[in-house]
Amino acid sequence: MSQIPDSKHMTATLGTRILGSVAVAAVLLMTLLGLVVSPEDLVQGHAVRMLYLHVPSIWIAYAAFVLTAASSVLFLIRSRSRADGGRHHDRLAGSAAEVGVLFAGITLVTGMLWGRVTWGTYWQWDARLTTTVLLFVTYLGYLALRRLPADPIVRGRRSAVMALISFVNVPIVHFSVDWWRTLHQKASLSVGRRPEITGEMYWTLLYSTLTVTVVASWLIVHRYRVIRLEELRDEEALNALIASRLREDDVGN
Amino acid sequence: MLHEVLLVARKDLRVEWRSKVTIGQVAPLALLVLVVFAFAFDANARLLGLGAGGLFWVAVLFGGTLLIQRAFDLETDDGNFDAFRMSTIGAPSLFLGKSLGVFIQVVLLELVLGPGVALLYDVRIDDWFLLLAAALAGTVAFSVCGVLWGVMAAGVRVRATLLPLLLIPVLAPVLLAGSRAFETAFGVRAEAGWTWASVMFVIAAVHTAIGVGTFGFLLEEG
Repeated sequence: MSQIPDSKHMTATLGTRILGSVAVAAVLLMTLLGLVVSPEDLVQGHAVRMLYLHVPSIWIAYAAFVLTAASSVLFLIRSRSRADGGRHHDRLAGSAAEVGVLFAGITLVTGMLWGRVTWGTYWQWDARLTTTVLLFVTYLGYLALRRLPADPIVRGRRSAVMALISFVNVPIVHFSVDWWRTLHQKASLSVGRRPEITGEMYWTLLYSTLTVTVVASWLIVHRYRVIRLEELRDEEALNALIASRLREDDVGN
Repeated sequence: MLHEVLLVARKDLRVEWRSKVTIGQVAPLALLVLVVFAFAFDANARLLGLGAGGLFWVAVLFGGTLLIQRAFDLETDDGNFDAFRMSTIGAPSLFLGKSLGVFIQVVLLELVLGPGVALLYDVRIDDWFLLLAAALAGTVAFSVCGVLWGVMAAGVRVRATLLPLLLIPVLAPVLLAGSRAFETAFGVRAEAGWTWASVMFVIAAVHTAIGVGTFGFLLEEG
């Protein structure tokens, strides 16, 4: 009998349906807050609205890459001791990286649009832009490595080591590029420092961060389940092939 | 351990010595890249002189990637990794040995490219010591990173396209630091060349530590 669940239970549970509904509602409210309620900035004008998506996106991208690195470490540690070869951690690392790449891409696009309005050009060789594009390409490479046809455990180990190196490399890339040059405005929000934006803008940005976190969590859960289903499909196809070969051998004998 | 490292490096260098691919094919190709750069800059001597440091490292990256590719194709084509797994040579020794082999080949490549840059781009060297230290740090960083990523792309059909995609973003800080340090050594940039050289030493040390610690995972079969 197939291990793949029926279509009703393939990727959604009651919990994720609720999470999805909350995410959609939160995005609608975020749109309203960002485009209508929040005032325009004295200096940046309407371009400030881009930051309500831009800033949370890079936070989520970094958080997703942290999750990828942490899951990769757990995979390397537990792959020998767990019955499933630690593939749970491998799947989590892969799904988090996919979502991280998506949000890093959103950061780049919104950043370039913001730059066109504010700096007058889509691209500047600014430290954060350059670091983000390198980060984006690094994790695209990670996803390419994950797509290679190979034994899942071998592929998982290679991907896990790559995720670790990529993660260790982030501060090196950032430091060297930052040193090279910087034009970017200072961080709008940071822990332990008085924010440079206040009022509706500040709350809208905080709310947007929460919303993007919910959306990213929802996506990670679904990507995890889809990756699991793909593995089950591949395993079933392999088992069916082996069974058919064995039957052919039996008939031959 | 040193004996094992030298054994692996000697094997790779012996294969290279017999085939002469580095000197016979990769180095001329990298020199050709230097000529092509001149076309891109419309043979503007001032621009070429200013960018000579960066162009040198891009040519090293281009030629070095081919060398790394080849270093692992040799192992996978003949199923040598199975032999390594069965041998008593430890993964850290294998990593360091392969890195040493690649390092020596990249040094050979640089010995061809260096005079090429000096002659074609009319470069004057102000600080030889900085130049050599930066070249050493950058080459070590390049070799260890290359071996680490080379083994990941080894044995897959798309390795020719996958390896540069994996390698270049990781080597971006090396390219950046190498270019700046060389520009200081060439006297076209009065900037902290030694600090950039130190950055490359740090990158080399970090990736060597990662390689020694994780190479075993990359060699294991399911």
